[in-house]
Amino acid sequence: MATVTRREFLKVGVAGAGAVAATGLGFDIAVAESTRVKQNLRIAGAKELHSICPYCAVGCSLVAYTRQKSNGTTELLQIEGDPDSPVNEGRLCPKGATAMQLAISPRRVESPQYRASGATGWKSVSWDFVLDKIANNVKASRDASFITTDGNGSTVNRCEGIAFAGGAAFSSEEGYFATKLMRGLGLVHLEQQARV
Amino acid sequence: MTNHWRDIRHADLILINGANPAEAHPVGFQWFMRAKLDRGAKLIHADPRFTRTSAVADMYLRIRTGSDVAYFGGLINHVLQNNLFHDEYVRNYTNASFVVKDGYAFSDGLFSGYDPDKRTYNIATWAYESNARTGYASRDLTLQHPRSVFQLMKAHYSRYTPEVVSSITGIPVDDFKKVADLVGQMGKPDKVMTIVYAVGLTHHTTGGQLIRSGAVLQLLLGNMGRPGGGMNAERGHANIQGNTDHAISWELLPGYLRIPAPGQKTIADYVAASAPKKSDPHSWNFFGTNYSKFMVSTLKGWYGDAANKDNEFAFNFVPKPAQNSSWMSIFDQALKGKMEGLILSGMTAASIGPDSNQVRQALGNLKWLVVMDPLPTTSSEFWHAPGVDASQVKTEVFMLPTTHWIEKDGSFTNSGRWAQWKDQVLPPEGQARHDHWILADVFQRVKKLYQSQGGKFPDPINSLTFAYKDPAKPELDEIAKEINGKDLATGKQMTSFANLKDDGTTTTGDWIYTGSYLDTGNLMKRRQGIQDPKANDPTGMGFYPNWAWSWPLNRRVMYNRASADLDGKPWDPARPGIAWDGSKWVGDVPDYPATMNPRDPNAYLPFIMNGEGVGRLFSNGMVDGPFPEHYEPVESPVANPLHPNNSASPVAFLYDKAAGRPNRFGTPQEFPYIATSYRLTEHEHYVTQHVPHLVQLQPKPFVEIPYELASQKGIKSGDQVRVSSKRGKVEVLALVTKRLGPMTVAGQKVYQIGIPIHWGYVGVSADSDPSHGRYWLANALTPFVGDANARTPEFKAFLVNLEKM
Repeated sequence: MATVTRREFLKVGVAGAGAVAATGLGFDIAVAESTRVKQNLRIAGAKELHSICPYCAVGCSLVAYTRQKSNGTTELLQIEGDPDSPVNEGRLCPKGATAMQLAISPRRVESPQYRASGATGWKSVSWDFVLDKIANNVKASRDASFITTDGNGSTVNRCEGIAFAGGAAFSSEEGYFATKLMRGLGLVHLEQQARV
Repeated sequence: MTNHWRDIRHADLILINGANPAEAHPVGFQWFMRAKLDRGAKLIHADPRFTRTSAVADMYLRIRTGSDVAYFGGLINHVLQNNLFHDEYVRNYTNASFVVKDGYAFSDGLFSGYDPDKRTYNIATWAYESNARTGYASRDLTLQHPRSVFQLMKAHYSRYTPEVVSSITGIPVDDFKKVADLVGQMGKPDKVMTIVYAVGLTHHTTGGQLIRSGAVLQLLLGNMGRPGGGMNAERGHANIQGNTDHAISWELLPGYLRIPAPGQKTIADYVAASAPKKSDPHSWNFFGTNYSKFMVSTLKGWYGDAANKDNEFAFNFVPKPAQNSSWMSIFDQALKGKMEGLILSGMTAASIGPDSNQVRQALGNLKWLVVMDPLPTTSSEFWHAPGVDASQVKTEVFMLPTTHWIEKDGSFTNSGRWAQWKDQVLPPEGQARHDHWILADVFQRVKKLYQSQGGKFPDPINSLTFAYKDPAKPELDEIAKEINGKDLATGKQMTSFANLKDDGTTTTGDWIYTGSYLDTGNLMKRRQGIQDPKANDPTGMGFYPNWAWSWPLNRRVMYNRASADLDGKPWDPARPGIAWDGSKWVGDVPDYPATMNPRDPNAYLPFIMNGEGVGRLFSNGMVDGPFPEHYEPVESPVANPLHPNNSASPVAFLYDKAAGRPNRFGTPQEFPYIATSYRLTEHEHYVTQHVPHLVQLQPKPFVEIPYELASQKGIKSGDQVRVSSKRGKVEVLALVTKRLGPMTVAGQKVYQIGIPIHWGYVGVSADSDPSHGRYWLANALTPFVGDANARTPEFKAFLVNLEKM
């Protein structure tokens, strides 16, 4: 079957409408013509993956479509509601429907940034630079604020001078891992979004 | 949620308090509408503001923010005075029949045991009377004993007449009576009501009790444990549930185990102080009985070979906090100069507040701040925010670009406890790294420093298990398997937490997730949904047991033993949770032993997790009272009509005062209007300030002002206004509306102002504003005070002034 472009399809529609009067069969002709349209779907041939909306905790399932580009990068083509989910049955709110603009954004922080005490601007630095500095800070603050035994002689092994907060937007497994590591360091100040 | 999103469709009556699901959880709201459209359910929305939820509700009640205990208290009173409670359920499935020890009292707003200097209660005066013969709590199944929970409760709530409720809440008496009439019908076994709430109930100095007041009503009506019933919290972030479960919370270890306290030397000490105690011979007390198994298996999972019987499974490795270490405490410690470093991962302290200006001062008091986020935040940029002289800010700041949710796999647990796995859709953008890889890398570097330099108590750091293919880059799949736990003898994944042991032969990362990742695979990945309802929803109740996985043990409705009567027959055969078929329980995954005959003389009571074995109408698990009582917000325009001498919660935690700083609370003379904060459909907290489509939909910060008040002040929509509290101000646009209105409270006319929270000095909107959003932080206004139980700030009720600029 020959294919028609979108523009030709519109012309067929107009002609079909005119043909109603001429032949009495115009409507059927238009439908027949319209079925010949080849839609170049944006997601044709794309890889279909599953995700969950990153915003509220309804937990709407998403279908994400990607395509490998010839330069080896992955292009995100579309995010839409997953029709199989018993939670959202394919529906999304304005936030979920614009999730692509959160995923792909020119506003992303491109590299680790460092601002020394009293400095008036950011400095782009390497991962090694920041991870080493943070590790040294963690050790120094832990050693300075670690209490092994409290005033009553009880073993308490706690670090009072470092706090960790976060996790309402990252995976459960990351959250568990954060708890494990922070308690391993002896932190007592641990918090996420539940209270605030 | 005790239930789950899709389950709401089974309700006959839906009470919505402190929530606006049509706008804040719109896709979840389809199940409310299904209940209304398919089964004629009634929706009752009690909220300070008329919203899209109100627009489709059968009744809208304009309620004063923070007064919901009075509303639920009035409904409890109506149900008790008119004998509308579910009699068989209340007698057998709640602690109504338990007898309270002599000496318990409530007078002029104070429960027995109050210490005014410490602002705390000695809760020992709220205990059950012990039966001399059995050693368990005394019970009177006739409910006539004057100190039975039932009689004490009846007396307590007799004060909550419709007139008193109206005086406190501002709801007209006739409207309240109409609601009471509808609610009163829900105690019939073939009727069921659900209560749905969000942070509009939690964000108060009485937050814990606000929720308890709803739960008490649900127990009286026999609605806990039933499809279409329950207490259902709508949570606001994609994985707030999962990461509460996994204990990123100062007072918890994974699976809601308590953090140990100073003075506890052994596992036995810890369990004795932490685990629920059996208070009835027929109570299973499952949680209390297995507490040591869950704890030891967790320690074994964390510390491996370094945790053994001889060293109490490394119990001394676990930090034991001296005091409350929750959100506000972190910044309180920083203000005192005691907090050196803060790591924020996907969370911005400056905007979240409360009392953003004081929080920003606290950030400036730190030695170092690490912000891990894909996008700049008001915390990463606090040191050069509008009006701040960066050279004067001493804090060393790190901004680490992290991956978005879509650049990694792993699970999110939704409000309904469904853990749903997601794929990694995209590779990390540019230099971005996963949060957990950053933490793993920092941890490994810290470990090396301890190994080369020595330092304070490095033992837990050296022995923390890192059984991952690449210790600097653990896979989330590996961690998911670890969370489930395994049998160390066989190497097999554990199938149920019931099999965990306290002898060091089993591990878990979070016992409530045991069963999520078996040897056969990761059950959170399951996708048998509505593409084939007949096959995938065999009960027809919408449980979809092979879609993802829900804790605990894939149970979809918690406490579901209470969905059936003493014989195991569903209260409503049309809406069964579980049912006894003569040899086993069928339906949902039973919250009960699978083959325990309910008529066995030794059968357990229905609420297997509680020491009592039954639901608690009266609880000594709360530090501010065994029964919910109405207290005014810390900032209120009126004195408490019930007990003006003890108007606000006598045990709310006043951070500034406790720290020796002056309290910063406003008076109604200076700040005459009530304010409440809330969220919009088009934004999520603060991150959406970076999403152009959403900024276009809701571009500018504003406050909603009642029409009548705006007229008095000559304010029109679009005018610039200043809203100020004792702590700070916002300068934004006015939206004059009839959605908010004047109300009469304690005989006085009061106005409420609505403040959406989403704006600040970072994002697309701020970039296009001449002041760069200098006075856009809504939480500049909110008070630094916490709920006595949870230390949740009072974001939702405070006093402000309003001026046209």
